[in-house]
Amino acid sequence: MKYLDEYRDADLAQKLAREIHQVTTRPWNIMEVCGGQTHAIVKFGIDELLPKQINLIHGPGCPVCVTPLEIIDQALEIAARPNVIFASFGDMLRVPGSTTDLLSVKAKGGDVRIVYSPLDAVRLAEQNPAREVVFFGVGFETTAPATAMAIYQAAQKGLKNFSMLISHVLVPPSIEALMSSPDCRVQGFLAAGHVCTVMGYEEYPPLAARYHVPIVVTGFEPLDILQGVLMVVRQLESGRAEVENQYARAVRREGNRPAQELIRRIFKVVPRKWRGVGEIPQSGLGLNDGYAAYDAERKFGLAGRRVEEPADCLSGLVLRGQIKPHECPAFGTKCTPEHPLGATMVSSEGACAAYYRYRCQAPEAATKIK
Amino acid sequence: MSHKPVENFVPACPIPISEYSRVLMAHGGGGRLMHQLISRMFLAAFHNPLLAQQHDAAVAEWSGKKLAFTTDSYVVRPIFFPGGDIGSMAVHGTVNDLAMSGARPVYLSSAFILEEGLPMETLWRVVCSLRDAARRCNVQIITGDTKVVDKGKGDGLFINTAGIGVIEHDRQIAPPSVRAGDVVLVNGDLGRHGMAIMAVREGLEFESRIDSDSAPVHEVVLELIHAGVEIHCLRDLTRGGLASALNEIAGAAGVKIAIEQKAVPVREDVHAACEMLGLDPLHVACEGRFAAFVAAKEADRALAILRRHAVGAGAAVIGRVVENSAPRVTLRSAIGASRILDMPSGEQLPRIC
Repeated sequence: MKYLDEYRDADLAQKLAREIHQVTTRPWNIMEVCGGQTHAIVKFGIDELLPKQINLIHGPGCPVCVTPLEIIDQALEIAARPNVIFASFGDMLRVPGSTTDLLSVKAKGGDVRIVYSPLDAVRLAEQNPAREVVFFGVGFETTAPATAMAIYQAAQKGLKNFSMLISHVLVPPSIEALMSSPDCRVQGFLAAGHVCTVMGYEEYPPLAARYHVPIVVTGFEPLDILQGVLMVVRQLESGRAEVENQYARAVRREGNRPAQELIRRIFKVVPRKWRGVGEIPQSGLGLNDGYAAYDAERKFGLAGRRVEEPADCLSGLVLRGQIKPHECPAFGTKCTPEHPLGATMVSSEGACAAYYRYRCQAPEAATKIK
Repeated sequence: MSHKPVENFVPACPIPISEYSRVLMAHGGGGRLMHQLISRMFLAAFHNPLLAQQHDAAVAEWSGKKLAFTTDSYVVRPIFFPGGDIGSMAVHGTVNDLAMSGARPVYLSSAFILEEGLPMETLWRVVCSLRDAARRCNVQIITGDTKVVDKGKGDGLFINTAGIGVIEHDRQIAPPSVRAGDVVLVNGDLGRHGMAIMAVREGLEFESRIDSDSAPVHEVVLELIHAGVEIHCLRDLTRGGLASALNEIAGAAGVKIAIEQKAVPVREDVHAACEMLGLDPLHVACEGRFAAFVAAKEADRALAILRRHAVGAGAAVIGRVVENSAPRVTLRSAIGASRILDMPSGEQLPRIC
């Protein structure tokens, strides 16, 4: 397929891998921030091409995975109400809350619908004026403009039956939180290319300087990731800690200014809790005061509850890069995609899901179906 | 005589309530949850040697003849979709299930569950489509049933067809016949049916229309058999796609299957749509595609026969059976590294067949 096959070329991949072997003289820990990159690494077997000294650490860049349990429980409570249409990206449906998940709420009669864009949820609200339509607004800076546009359009149309349960998070504060932790092993970053298409990379030079880490804005195809790794290793080997842009075909330094303007108009930066990580200051987006009427948490009176994570789930350690998914004792036994303990096992960007799907042998002999 | 309570008299549900206390859509998605449901509930309850074959159709001896018997229900939404409709699909699907055991399809039943308010014109279009497909497949619909349910309690129309076929050869076309060294073929490009339905249901528009691959494959299968091609196993690639089918066979035959990603035919528009939606074409359902396990020396002859038919024009060798071992399916990726090809977990696409 054009614009994809070029970045999956086996010969060029081998060539880049050889270059990485040549420049690597000692062990390096490199974190790919985004879960989409983690999946590409495991799916294409990119790590198998790298020298043993290069340890890829999987980062927290999976918005579904870091959505706190409290908010999942709020979603489940709202979705179960009789007059609600609860619209969500498909990824959120299997994420376990404290007692159940959205799929099970749907099976009990809750009107849970999968949408592909927040604007589809606005349309649902227009088509169903007698019902409350709630969109589960989850994501990083990549999806924030679309979420903001949905709020903007709902306001323009004067919709009273539309609201959003928001758990938007921001990437640079999470990098800062990781780097400032005393047990951080990360020596270089592949920054998430898609986030940077919106935000650019002007936020990164201060981080690179403060923690003396190279940060390379990197794409998602095998050749992107290999080239990103090569650029980070070259910096590490020569003692540099700069911000570089591997994903220049999609990312500009200043990013997408109109999209940023839209985000600023609708949202303000707020502290957010990250599942498995804890609260990170200034790491999320909440609605500006002028749009508070669209806040589902407020509309349904659900704010201020606290719940405990299941003790068996080590997804917090996975998200912080402290362990690899298969090092969790529950991995593949108590925790599988069918019966997940944590969101990292079910999200399409979750590291545990990637390891289970592409690395783990299916334990149960398959039954014939038609 | 003591009167101890008989402990296992209470019929306990074999699926623990702690897992899922209600049926989810994912239990019908063709992935691992559906396999668990079938093996723990249906196989456990009905077990017998014929059911244990777990083939697309059961094969039984009757008065010296070998008969194949199968059934399938069709709940696809929308009823009419690019490249087909629920009527033709209800014939093709059941005919193909019979063909996968090497049978010549002979008779079908058709049972209709109709929702109150369904336009007669819609029903007639479906009935005509069923009739025409049966004629083309040279099968007769010899019995049926009609039920009507209240408005809102069905979704327009559901169809069940059962089929009987005769097996006119001595070959054992079933997973136990699969051998190390066998090559794996498919009869054409994968994933078109699932993506055709997805595009219509979700209002996705692509540059070109994606038509379903729904088609009968029994003629080409029978020709392979009559030509004496050493076929060891056949499996149609419906829900769960190629990945589920290969994992089922690897499990049943106790073999490792190695697939080359580059060799698997997927049309560019289907590939692009899958990339956009985050789907793997190898998990997406087809309705006129099958995998064939044949002896390596027969691969070229099988390909030549397949390619003579429209339904096999895009046939390709996609991999081979590597060894008798712990069952697994591996895929060599585009950049040359190897990984597991697992079956999907739950639901890939909503009600596609």
